[in-house]
Amino acid sequence: MAKVYSDATSALAGLLKDDMVIMAGGFGLCGIPSLLIKAIRETGVKNLTIISNNAGVDGEGLGLLLETRQVKKMISSYVGENKTFAQQYLAGELEIEFNPQGTLAERIRAGGAGIPAFYTKTGVGTLIAQGKDEREFNGEKYVMETGLLADLAVVHAWKGDTEGNLVYRKSARNFNPMMATAGKVTVAQVEHLVECGTIDPDHIITPGIFVQRIIHAAGLEKKIEQRTVRQRA
Amino acid sequence: MAWTREEMAARAAKELRDGYYVNLGIGIPTLVSNYIPDGMTVQLQSENGMLGMGPFPYEGDEDPDLINAGKQTITELPTTSYFSSADSFAMIRGGHIDLSILGAMQVAENGDLANWMIPGKMIKGMGGAMDLVAGVKKVVVLMEHVAKEEKKLLKRCTLPLTGAGVVNMVITDLGVFTVGKDGMTAIEIAPHVTREEISAKTEASLRFADNLVQH
Repeated sequence: MAKVYSDATSALAGLLKDDMVIMAGGFGLCGIPSLLIKAIRETGVKNLTIISNNAGVDGEGLGLLLETRQVKKMISSYVGENKTFAQQYLAGELEIEFNPQGTLAERIRAGGAGIPAFYTKTGVGTLIAQGKDEREFNGEKYVMETGLLADLAVVHAWKGDTEGNLVYRKSARNFNPMMATAGKVTVAQVEHLVECGTIDPDHIITPGIFVQRIIHAAGLEKKIEQRTVRQRA
Repeated sequence: MAWTREEMAARAAKELRDGYYVNLGIGIPTLVSNYIPDGMTVQLQSENGMLGMGPFPYEGDEDPDLINAGKQTITELPTTSYFSSADSFAMIRGGHIDLSILGAMQVAENGDLANWMIPGKMIKGMGGAMDLVAGVKKVVVLMEHVAKEEKKLLKRCTLPLTGAGVVNMVITDLGVFTVGKDGMTAIEIAPHVTREEISAKTEASLRFADNLVQH
């Protein structure tokens, strides 16, 4: 079965419906599936629940779906960089479920690995633990968190082959590998699309079994959120 | 005279040990990386998926794929490794990181920490702070002693907690304080700062160590 699609719109065809749950990889604007997010926006699909560490910034990333009010709920760890988000949230138009970042990562990993729940000490004694099962192991308290799954996961990788094997680059890896495992369908955008056998199998981070559709994001423009430099001596 | 932000960071760097893996929070804690003693090997962890964080890049060398947890462009080192967010927090939650230095809004005498939300204000989220304070071996808070006359070292935090009983040490512009089973103890005082000033600006029950260092 051919996994390669010609562009983001065709790769998402038949996968989108209102009220669905979508996972989107990335940390800030680093390693976000930017072309797939733009294509989701163009379809106008709405009432989305989006699982993503952040909510983009104004005009970039998931900020694009907030502008068009396609998002009903975000499950995130930090959403500080987005005025649109703040406005909609304060007006009661947008629901947010905050998860500690490590708990969010592990919930997605667990979901993809078929683990319905796990115990963590993160958040014990805080608002996060309220209403959740608590258990003691070896004299320490832990709170139960559940695994997360999505109808669709959209991820970004540096290199991918026609089988869907993925390699990431530097800190653009972040949430992408776990999300690829936790989507009923996973669509990947890759900066370099290569033939099978080109990537050393020992270097593959996400095996192709987790990726159903793949597109080549040629000449992708990647944004920098906080440009920080040092002076040359 | 109270310590400056740079002096606070330099004092926090004294908590580093050779071979440590360390996570630095955003703000004053980031400055600690400028005070790693020569000859000491310390690997900085960035919770978005990197160990061995290097300095900011030279202008023109910025890489959108290479950022720290504050979303700032950075560089890699010969020791650098990259990994997923799940692996990153396995390191943190699993107790493999030796030291976390982070900022706070409030710290209580029982080690409770509040640094992520103020009820009624826009909440940005806790990011990785709850995982860091729950999982890292030693947690050092680096913050101003008071904020706009509001005391920050308290008997009990009034803001929602980031972690319960998690803080081991607090370094402020006025001094250094350990937090243990017997409460909060001042072990060092900044130059020309008096015990009376510290007591007046602290709500927590505070003991002054017998071997207190007056800088």
